[in-house]
Amino acid sequence: MAEVLVLVEQLDGSVKKVTSELLTLARSLGEPSAVWVGGGLDDAAAASLAEFGAATIYVADSADLSEFAVAPKAEVLAQLVAEKSPAAVLIASNAEGKEVAGRLAVKANSGVITDAVAVDSGFVATQSVFGGSTVVHSKVTKGTPIITVRPNSVAPEAAAGAGTKVAVSVALSDSAKKAKVTGRTVAAKGGRPELAEAAIVVSGGRGVGAAEGFGVIESLADSLGAAVGASRAATDAGWYPHQYQVGQTGKTVSPQLYIANGISGAIQHRAGMQTSKTIVVVNKDAEAPMFELADYGVVGDLFAVVPQLTEEIKKRTS
Amino acid sequence: MKIAVCVKQVPDTWAEKKLRSDDSTLDRESADGVMNELDEYAVEEALQIAEANSGEVTIVTMGPDRAAETVRKALSMGADAGIHLVDDSLHGSDAIATSYALAKVLEGRGFDLIIFGSESTDARMSVVPAMVAERLGVAQLTFAQKVTVAGSTVTVERATDYGYDTVEASTPAVISVVEKINEPRYPSFKGIMAAKKKPVESLGAGDAGIDGGQIGLSAAWSGVNDFAVRPPKAAGTVVTDEAGDGGVKIAEFLSAQKFI
Repeated sequence: MAEVLVLVEQLDGSVKKVTSELLTLARSLGEPSAVWVGGGLDDAAAASLAEFGAATIYVADSADLSEFAVAPKAEVLAQLVAEKSPAAVLIASNAEGKEVAGRLAVKANSGVITDAVAVDSGFVATQSVFGGSTVVHSKVTKGTPIITVRPNSVAPEAAAGAGTKVAVSVALSDSAKKAKVTGRTVAAKGGRPELAEAAIVVSGGRGVGAAEGFGVIESLADSLGAAVGASRAATDAGWYPHQYQVGQTGKTVSPQLYIANGISGAIQHRAGMQTSKTIVVVNKDAEAPMFELADYGVVGDLFAVVPQLTEEIKKRTS
Repeated sequence: MKIAVCVKQVPDTWAEKKLRSDDSTLDRESADGVMNELDEYAVEEALQIAEANSGEVTIVTMGPDRAAETVRKALSMGADAGIHLVDDSLHGSDAIATSYALAKVLEGRGFDLIIFGSESTDARMSVVPAMVAERLGVAQLTFAQKVTVAGSTVTVERATDYGYDTVEASTPAVISVVEKINEPRYPSFKGIMAAKKKPVESLGAGDAGIDGGQIGLSAAWSGVNDFAVRPPKAAGTVVTDEAGDGGVKIAEFLSAQKFI
């Protein structure tokens, strides 16, 4: 079976859920090989890659790989593509993953497809574009298919692989060493899951009215173990930090459950969440376009409905 | 300091977008064309850097004839000159071809900084800035929420899911900016009048030394097999919170759906 390379996403040495999803997907396309770039691959991380089917774990471990942004990962992958001729390369569809894919595509003279939500055995990718209004099937027609896949597109399923570690030595080119990472600042996030990866997202918009209003949104999110999102109206008003913006100019999320509170549902916002599996809407305006997307909606004051919902969830789950 | 800003004309952010049935490319005729919103932030950042470093800002776009409106808009905000790459053979170019064509236009012109918006609101791939950096062999400083220029050293705060990374490089560099970075200015009446007299160089593919075999729909590295407009979602249940039990009702729905 042909190899399918999966670039591992990790934060401080722990493998992210999206990597388990990509390995699961890779098993349906060929034999998955995980690619670890940087230091810090411990036994637990290697075990988690093997658990989801990695037959091989390519380890490119040298300090300068993490010292520079984006380009080194593309160089490691380009080297592996040249040496191993894999059937495809799968990368998580986030900001960095897409950039790595883009640089790799140029290096490997190969086509790239981003934001796939599914990939079939013929490497035809499904994309949901224009805010989910159009479904596109597309295929790389030159070189090695390089496909970035959105988090939450595939349900991760364990199926043990050998997880054989293979060291990869990479001599970085000068052009990969031009953007030096000199510091990392981690914003406090209160222990909530990452927005793009979360299975449940609870969002607030203009109807929340003020920064303090996000307290009820956060309480609901915490009762469900969810991430908090915000519409552009709320982030522009400074009520909630910008990195939590969901929408056309913010993040695209596709969780199992999306609860939109006080969000009218302009295209700007819908474009970032329309592909959520189940959508619940709370808004006092019965005419809000958001209700068109709702699987379940309540026309009412979010400051009455949301705290009551939070209490009810706590009652039922305690 | 010589600064280029790459801008793209896209269908109006608020319009419903669609693909053409004949060649599966974006239907640019069905909606008004506007400057990609995130590119306005790129223009603003370039103007601020130029103002602080006695720089000069050149707007670069690739697109059909009417994309010239987008160049004019950037000039009316205060940029100094424009370059419009316009050629029928570019139609249908994918991100790889676009990055190739832009790199051909940009190379050899001595730009210290090349600034992009971090993504376009139509294709939303966010890959062209990284690809252009790769092609030009210069530093990539993308997803910047803050840019600091000190002589030939450029430092950015690269927005990430966990916060931000501080990334540093020497010029020349490719930068892309996120919305958080600044508040784009509106063109003044004076600016709009002045923009009419500013020079815009119109280039064909051949003028820029672009190999015709590397661009356009026929050269694309990937292709659309088929597409379909998703049918509107089946109407869900919407209730009015008259009895004051809306929260409980949602909990019942979530419970029936096994979320709790």
